[in-house]
Amino acid sequence: MVSTLTKKKYSADDSKGSNKIKFINHSGIKYLKDIEIHGSFIVVEGPDASGRSTQIQKITEKLEADGHAVVNAGLKRSDLISKGIIEAKRNYQVGRRTMALYYAADFADQLENKIIPALKAGFVVISDRYIYTLIARSSVRGINKNWLHQLHSFAIKPDLIFYLNVDPYNLIHRVFKKNKSLDYYESGADLGISADIFDSFIKYQYLLKKEFAIMQKKYGLIDIDGDKHIEDIYDQIQSRISEFLNLNKHNGTRV
Amino acid sequence: MVQVIGNNNPNNIKNDESGVLIVVEGIDGSGKSTQIHLVDRWLNSKGYDVFFTEWNSSETVREITSKGKKKARLTPMTFSLLHSTDFADRYEKNIYPLLRAGYIVLADRYIYTALARDTVRGCDKSWVRNMYSYARKPDLTFYFRVPIETAVNRIISGRPKLKHYEAGMDLGLSKDEYESYRIFQGRIVDEYESMVDDENFIVIDGTLEIEKQQNIVRRHVLRTLKLKNPIQGHILE
Repeated sequence: MVSTLTKKKYSADDSKGSNKIKFINHSGIKYLKDIEIHGSFIVVEGPDASGRSTQIQKITEKLEADGHAVVNAGLKRSDLISKGIIEAKRNYQVGRRTMALYYAADFADQLENKIIPALKAGFVVISDRYIYTLIARSSVRGINKNWLHQLHSFAIKPDLIFYLNVDPYNLIHRVFKKNKSLDYYESGADLGISADIFDSFIKYQYLLKKEFAIMQKKYGLIDIDGDKHIEDIYDQIQSRISEFLNLNKHNGTRV
Repeated sequence: MVQVIGNNNPNNIKNDESGVLIVVEGIDGSGKSTQIHLVDRWLNSKGYDVFFTEWNSSETVREITSKGKKKARLTPMTFSLLHSTDFADRYEKNIYPLLRAGYIVLADRYIYTALARDTVRGCDKSWVRNMYSYARKPDLTFYFRVPIETAVNRIISGRPKLKHYEAGMDLGLSKDEYESYRIFQGRIVDEYESMVDDENFIVIDGTLEIEKQQNIVRRHVLRTLKLKNPIQGHILE
């Protein structure tokens, strides 16, 4: 009996290699390359008012009910830099490349100080948006795609990436329900594509949609029909998460 | 005419800058700032349109960077990205438009500082290189070569305490600040030296008298100005 237990313990140790942190680019963050990950990493992408926070809330509740410890992360939440981003945006004085780097710095801070430590400790980390939004936003603003992909290649690979794909006309109604007005940047007003903010919003959201379509294959985004009912979307997301977590449980290691 | 490092010139902007970009590089205490200051005074006295820019000096970014530095909570990646943000801000706002307008832009440290420092801190070199790939290649890059001890002594003698990141304390090289600083600077020198040929650095012996160094530097500047802009170059004689 004792010997089998010991054996099992050893074989579990042997499989540790598969727990190694995985970066998008193989070189990643060089000084963190030996870290071992014990948690799971889920990303929810999609435009404002696409229902991201509702879904994240539901997923979190379910995971916690099932006994998983969850940490929520997202863009613009690092206390180191976020304030600077808000100020920079407010005075409209910052160039587009500068902005892209600013966001990347903020993201790196969160990745290293929040996401990676939580994954190391075995938490399920759910990120409200990830590098894909950062890439898409800068890409439609004329920054070289290759440069953007490489810039963000130090990010770690999520286990599951859900993209809430919502039709822009549908989206605009949801935004109005929420705020009664359109956000300057979420409408792409700084792009000067239309003097009319409604037109600008629709055009801008189509441009972003196109960027996400391009990234879908490259990064393995799971396209979720965001025009469906909240419960239908949740069922779809939930079944993918359960499937993933069960697979890991049976294998004893992360995929 | 313009050389762009890498192949992704941003936004397909027409490359019609007529300005001249002059850069000084070297470790702290190598004397580079003194030299570029003298070039600045000289060109100004001759009536040129000159713009001087310094590493880590963008007002928008500096505040946040220094906050993080004080708390000593920057990682090599955030350190690298914030300096890159600072550079991009100065590049988009000043350096690039001024070069297009025909200015002589003098830069105290340029992308090579990032390539050297960030690599020493453990960031991937090709990743750092990509981050700065949009930056125009300088017309002249002066690299001030000094023995590490000379540079370190110049810095330490005037200062009771070294700053955390300046001394490379985040790298855990040594518990002693001064020892850490020496090792850190030594590694940066190795990085600089590895770039001398590929990046066409003009190596200046930083142990020479200040006036002697300045003479050599001015000769190079003069030649470049004549080449790039014969009319302005003529004024200098």
